[in-house]
Amino acid sequence: MAWFKKTRKPIEPQTDKSSRVPEGLWIKCPSCGQVIYNKELTINLQVCPKCAHHFRMNAADRLAMLFDDGQWTEHDADLRSTDPLSFTDTKPYRARLKASIASTGRNDAVVSASGLLDGMPAVVAAMEYGFIGGSMGVVVGEKITRAIEMGIAQRAPVIVVCCSGGARMMEGTLSLMQMAKISAALGRLDRAGLPYLSIMTDPTTGGVTASFAMLGDLHIAEPKALIGFAGPRVIEQTIRQKLPDGFQRAEFLLEKGMIDYIVDRREMKAAVAHSLRIMMGLPPSARPVASAPPADA
Amino acid sequence: MPVATLEFEEPVAILLKEIQALRLMPSTPDRQTTIARLEARVQELRAELFGNLTPWQRVLVARHPERPVMLDYVDRLFTGFTELHGDRRFADDKAIVTGMAHFHNKPVFIVGHQKGTDTKQKIYRNFGYAKPEGYRKALRVMKMAEKFKRPVIVFVDTPAAYPGVESEERGVAEAIALNLREMALLDTTIVVIVCGEGGSGGALGIAIGDRVLMQEFAVYSVIPPEGCAAILWRDSARKVDAADALKITAPDLLAMDVIDEIVPEPVGGAHQDHALATALIDEAIARHLAEVSAMTSADRLETRYQKFRAMGREGHAFVSAPLAAASE
Repeated sequence: MAWFKKTRKPIEPQTDKSSRVPEGLWIKCPSCGQVIYNKELTINLQVCPKCAHHFRMNAADRLAMLFDDGQWTEHDADLRSTDPLSFTDTKPYRARLKASIASTGRNDAVVSASGLLDGMPAVVAAMEYGFIGGSMGVVVGEKITRAIEMGIAQRAPVIVVCCSGGARMMEGTLSLMQMAKISAALGRLDRAGLPYLSIMTDPTTGGVTASFAMLGDLHIAEPKALIGFAGPRVIEQTIRQKLPDGFQRAEFLLEKGMIDYIVDRREMKAAVAHSLRIMMGLPPSARPVASAPPADA
Repeated sequence: MPVATLEFEEPVAILLKEIQALRLMPSTPDRQTTIARLEARVQELRAELFGNLTPWQRVLVARHPERPVMLDYVDRLFTGFTELHGDRRFADDKAIVTGMAHFHNKPVFIVGHQKGTDTKQKIYRNFGYAKPEGYRKALRVMKMAEKFKRPVIVFVDTPAAYPGVESEERGVAEAIALNLREMALLDTTIVVIVCGEGGSGGALGIAIGDRVLMQEFAVYSVIPPEGCAAILWRDSARKVDAADALKITAPDLLAMDVIDEIVPEPVGGAHQDHALATALIDEAIARHLAEVSAMTSADRLETRYQKFRAMGREGHAFVSAPLAAASE
């Protein structure tokens, strides 16, 4: 009578692992399958209202969310890579740069800005995943270093929102050296007694993790963000077996002692502000602090 | 056992076989002159071949199984080497060796990747793939060098940091990152020599110094050519193209100011003559050590900071161009 017992598996939502910044009117959540109105998603800071899946967020929205009234001053927006190696793979690097500049409206994969965060002057650099996977080349290195130096000069805390696949191969060893450059600047910030907060979002891997992402006074992560040094595929090739679910996710790193806390994006600004107030020796905020959606939402 | 020849040394290999065959026959004055002539030709051919190596061929030389490894150099360069073990936190990583010794009768601390020479040693050394405890041990020993105001000499030779589960669990990224920051601030002389493979973050994690030297046929890259080819060309067989594109050779890196000086190697690579290779390194390290040690501590730290601050300069690696001009 086996056929009576045959249990039909419920139709599972298709898990599309690559969560992109959504486009179009309606978006299907890759985690729970819920169809979400795009505008609602924007107002909800790119977090699924049903299951709290965190979609990727672009740098501008990230800055709007953190700075008071969505107001900030951008710095070094004009810096652009010269393609120092004249690199060509299946496509010239110059062409890739041009395409990314056109699609993101940015010159490279980070936006650095200063402004007020819960009334406190702060310098924030937010990475743009849409620009060649948020990879770190000389421009990213230079802009983050300048942001740190600005923090030192103005005695302001520095925050970096990481979202990157790692060093940019197309700029070769110069990309690798950006890890050293930024870390040296962070050393000076550290010795100047100023706070540095590293916010890790999905994904934070490679050379970014092995430099500024892991040098924070605080390591703050978004839920389920992929955070690691070697990519999961490389590790699977090394150990010749499949990695367990949840390996290199934020919760795993919390368990292993690598990050301070995980916070929902909608609570991110409040958490950051609270931590900064304690580090800067300020009283609690007089008014409630809320992460704000971009002004055009 | 003759030194193994590489695939591009085919003409040399043929001559070597010929010489070997002649040697097996009874020695006559005639044969002796032929052998001498062939040997001279081998040297000539080698000099010619190694004068025009492609980047991928340099990778092969840097990975040559008989290339001297860190402890070969340590044996010849230093006296009274005492190895120091363990990171005092978790374990003793065999892929990174640390210790203290005398260098020309001056006390120094030594840090470096150790790859291992035979199969057993290679497995013991994890093929030079260091884990977090290796980087933490290195930092511990370097902090000790700082405390006693002794210079640190660093040998870099690793394919990469170990990409495994335990590396991630114990925070290899954090261990490397902390080294980058603390080595930039370490208040003592640091001279680094890349003497084989400078493999990405795993190499950089101990490669911050006042001077960064590189052996003639060593390579230093953000990613191994095979990995780069697999990602960008979606075909790891395109490693030769990737090695070309990545600009990983000593002359390329000198031109970009990533390194300070190229340390020459014996004709045909360091594996042909360990003693000569060591002598060439000896001279370079001694000279740079003396130069940097003569600086005041504040000067040295500022110069080190500016050295890495200038990696990727305005005008060379990037320009300031308003977005509006991006469309052209």
